[in-house]
Amino acid sequence: MNKSLLILKREYLTRVRKKSFIILTLLVPFIFAGFTILPAWLAMQNDEEERTIGVYDATGQYSGRMENTEFTRFTTIPQAEFEQIQQDIKSSSYYAVLYIPSDILATNKAQLLSDKQVTFDIKNMIGRKLENLIEADKKAVIIDGSGIPDLEEKLLAARTSINLETLKVGEKGEAVKSSTELAMGVGYAAGFLIYMFVFIYGAMVMRGVMEEKSSRIVEVIISSVKPIQLMFGKIIGIGLVGLTQLAFWLILMFLIVSGLQMFLAPDQAEMLTQSQNMMASSPQIQENAVLNIIDLIGNLNIPLIIGSFIFYFLGGFLMYSSLMGAVGAAVDHEEEAQQLMLPVTIPLIFSIIILFPVVKNPEGTLAFWASMIPFTSPVIMMVRVPYGLPAWELLLSMGILVTSIYGTIWVAGKIYRTGILMYGKKVNLKEIVKWLFYKN
Amino acid sequence: MEIFKATNVTKDYAGHRALDGVSISTKEQSIFGLLGPNGAGKTTLIRIINQITAPDAGEVQLFGRKLKANDIQHIGYLPEERGLYKKMKVGEQALYLAQLKGLSKRDALKSLKYWFEKFEIQPWWNKKVEELSKGMQQKIQFIITVVHKPKLLIFDEPFSGFDPINANLLKNEILDLKNQGATIIFSTHNMASVEETCDHIALINQSKKILDGPIDEIKESYKQDIYEIETTVPHDVTSEFSRNGFQLIDYELKGLSQRVKFRLEKEMTSNDLLQMLMQKMEIRSFREVIPSMNEVFIQVVGHANPKKQTA
Repeated sequence: MNKSLLILKREYLTRVRKKSFIILTLLVPFIFAGFTILPAWLAMQNDEEERTIGVYDATGQYSGRMENTEFTRFTTIPQAEFEQIQQDIKSSSYYAVLYIPSDILATNKAQLLSDKQVTFDIKNMIGRKLENLIEADKKAVIIDGSGIPDLEEKLLAARTSINLETLKVGEKGEAVKSSTELAMGVGYAAGFLIYMFVFIYGAMVMRGVMEEKSSRIVEVIISSVKPIQLMFGKIIGIGLVGLTQLAFWLILMFLIVSGLQMFLAPDQAEMLTQSQNMMASSPQIQENAVLNIIDLIGNLNIPLIIGSFIFYFLGGFLMYSSLMGAVGAAVDHEEEAQQLMLPVTIPLIFSIIILFPVVKNPEGTLAFWASMIPFTSPVIMMVRVPYGLPAWELLLSMGILVTSIYGTIWVAGKIYRTGILMYGKKVNLKEIVKWLFYKN
Repeated sequence: MEIFKATNVTKDYAGHRALDGVSISTKEQSIFGLLGPNGAGKTTLIRIINQITAPDAGEVQLFGRKLKANDIQHIGYLPEERGLYKKMKVGEQALYLAQLKGLSKRDALKSLKYWFEKFEIQPWWNKKVEELSKGMQQKIQFIITVVHKPKLLIFDEPFSGFDPINANLLKNEILDLKNQGATIIFSTHNMASVEETCDHIALINQSKKILDGPIDEIKESYKQDIYEIETTVPHDVTSEFSRNGFQLIDYELKGLSQRVKFRLEKEMTSNDLLQMLMQKMEIRSFREVIPSMNEVFIQVVGHANPKKQTA
């Protein structure tokens, strides 16, 4: 078998078979699913409890008009019972008691009495019901007093809610619906994912090189293969470990989400209508957003995003991991590594610092230059791609990155070859720069 | 037949010359000792033979032709800085390193089986390296060096870091490999092991080769007309010797006999000397002192680096 392949295979298999890798790969999607889906699911579970609310209405206007919902019933109670409950709330059989004072129209105040903390949903629901009743009454008085015929219909017709559609106009004048929020979310996620993987797996390359150096096996190996073969077998092997993990995460997350969706499908539909009722002020927009989201995802340039993601993922990884591998080769101890890692990781950390400003203004000067400079472009360009950008910018950025990777690999290879066989020498940046001019 | 030959090998590192026109050659089925003080350039030469680094000038030949990239499969190398992956299983690791040397998986397994049986270490196959003692790891390291049946073996300081038992085992294995037809180059400071094993040596000092030849001839050429005799007691040897112009080096009274070591400071064959002494005293033993490799080393290197010696 080809020796580079042998190295790649070892680097890959030893890491993929590690318990820590398997646990992390399997666990993260579940944790993620847990954090996103479980709260919503649990919230729905609560709503199935049947509750009875006692209503003491001092005005006598509203109590009879409080409509029952599926799980919540309203019962009118007389003053005597209300006073008794006030004395000894624990003995009451009601979940809570609503007290509508006689001066409610003047004060806009009512009370909900209970011996426990009333849930947020119940409080909101009762408040809204009461508001609607009072509003309707007030409206009726105004309409009656004005003497204008069909005023109610006219007012209803005047109600407006604007659905601001964002359209992106292409070069040929065709307009495509776009969603700023969606582009923002996708860009942020892609940029952050690249940052995280480059950091974690780059550090893994560094530790792998240091392991070989400190265990002194490296000279045994490079008497069989070229140092550059060893370095790239390791980098590519570890890169594949990263891709494997990413692939597993995506597949597992997809399975979990779709599995839960199937399991929860009827409930979820109900939840959706409930949430729409809650935001009754703009039901139309809500509905539109739900319908449009699929449409909008379709309008994102998915192949371009995935293609660029893989390109910048690998590009960023190759660039940083070869530098981190060189750091690993140059040092003897972990502490020295920390010191030399800093100049390597500063641009990477910088790109995460400017991530948010770029997300907010993907066409700005900062965004442009940061997506051209190869040390920041893997993270920053991925933030910009979902918004769409001129082809020449993307191609230029990719070209610069590829060229820089060649340069970086040359530099890293030089440092690696010299450093890997050098023991007991405290290495600083100046020393490393000298190595670049060594003949091998 | 010369199996390996380096001609005028020169290697520069930034600001210093590690090797300066060094030429050595080794005969097939022999043991070649590469000697020299620390930093003389031995490891650089060894790394050049292993193609870890390339010479700036000069040529390296193997089997009578220029060294090629895939010659590494004919070379077994035990570096001075050596080790194994600590978290990897012994068998898996040995197999991996054997395959890196160019063996097919099947051949590698076969050869490893032979060596594991020979050292009676089959039970270690599935152990992690970190579970083994240092001595056990050294055995694995040796097996990895020879697993691909190399024709040329290079050991850089093979006895450093080995305990006496494993060092002895290693020495016997090296002699065994030679008898089976391998050629061995090893670098060492351990002069006793040089005398026990080497047929031929080269001494490198300050990047240059300063001595080269079969070990017996070198020792012969460095003898300094020193003799050691043992005589019966009553004779006053010391005054006798100074009268004859011999330089007394060592004197020891041992019960009824006395042992005298001296340097002959005039032209005289050993036979003439013996004849002369026989007339004056009763001699129990007489021998010309041949310097040990250790003495040759100190004499040659000390002479070449006078400053280092006094410093």
